[in-house]
Amino acid sequence: MSTIRMRISPAGDVLDVKALIRHPMESGNREDKSTGEKIPANYIQKLMVSVNGENVMDGNLSEAVSKNPYLNIKVPGKKGDEVKISWTSNTGESDEASQAA
Amino acid sequence: MQTKRRVFLKGSLAASAAGLAVGAGLLSPRAVLAADWPEAAFDSDSMDNALNELFGSGDVADSGDITVKAPDIAENGAVVPVTVESSIADSNQVAIFVSKNPTPLVASFDLSGANPFVSTRIRMGETDDVTGVVNAGGKLFKASKEVKVTIGGCGG
Repeated sequence: MSTIRMRISPAGDVLDVKALIRHPMESGNREDKSTGEKIPANYIQKLMVSVNGENVMDGNLSEAVSKNPYLNIKVPGKKGDEVKISWTSNTGESDEASQAA
Repeated sequence: MQTKRRVFLKGSLAASAAGLAVGAGLLSPRAVLAADWPEAAFDSDSMDNALNELFGSGDVADSGDITVKAPDIAENGAVVPVTVESSIADSNQVAIFVSKNPTPLVASFDLSGANPFVSTRIRMGETDDVTGVVNAGGKLFKASKEVKVTIGGCGG
């Protein structure tokens, strides 16, 4: 199952894109309480949004973004446009999801 | 026989050179992958340094045309909803800063087609201003909103 959930509401010539990504966003500063060892950093660094294949937003995130990152942006577009969201983490993991408005 | 030995030696030399480069972090796969992630800006421990690393300038003017929406009081610093919106023409980059966080730059968004509106949820270590910085045609503008944090969101 994709880690990305999105909801797109067309309003006139603007698409309101809301996305929720399932990700721990580990800062690397936390300790595992049972072992006392540091949990390695694991957070999303790049978050990209495109509409009909055209890149509209290129986001750079840090460990100061909350766990399970939420993003709401507004992009010019209309019903039926294909919105694609993708992410890449500092550990090299990635995921993407597409949805028609 | 002699020539083959020469070829073998050359080959192994080249291979070990590549191995050394990877070992020294010169060819780290991670660095290649996140080449355009502004690492120096995110590693900066002061807001001025982070601004300089990210935008190449620390010259930021206060603007009433930027709205930073955040709660007055956040009981949990681990999840603080923040919205930054700009009505300045050519706003093509939006960044969120929390100056007292260990690394003040929280996130930056390059908007090549999206409207200058970004809403997300961030972590705050203590009571502080959340600052939205907008790059509009090479000029930097900012607005801030104070958030009182009851429990910090950086520790475990």
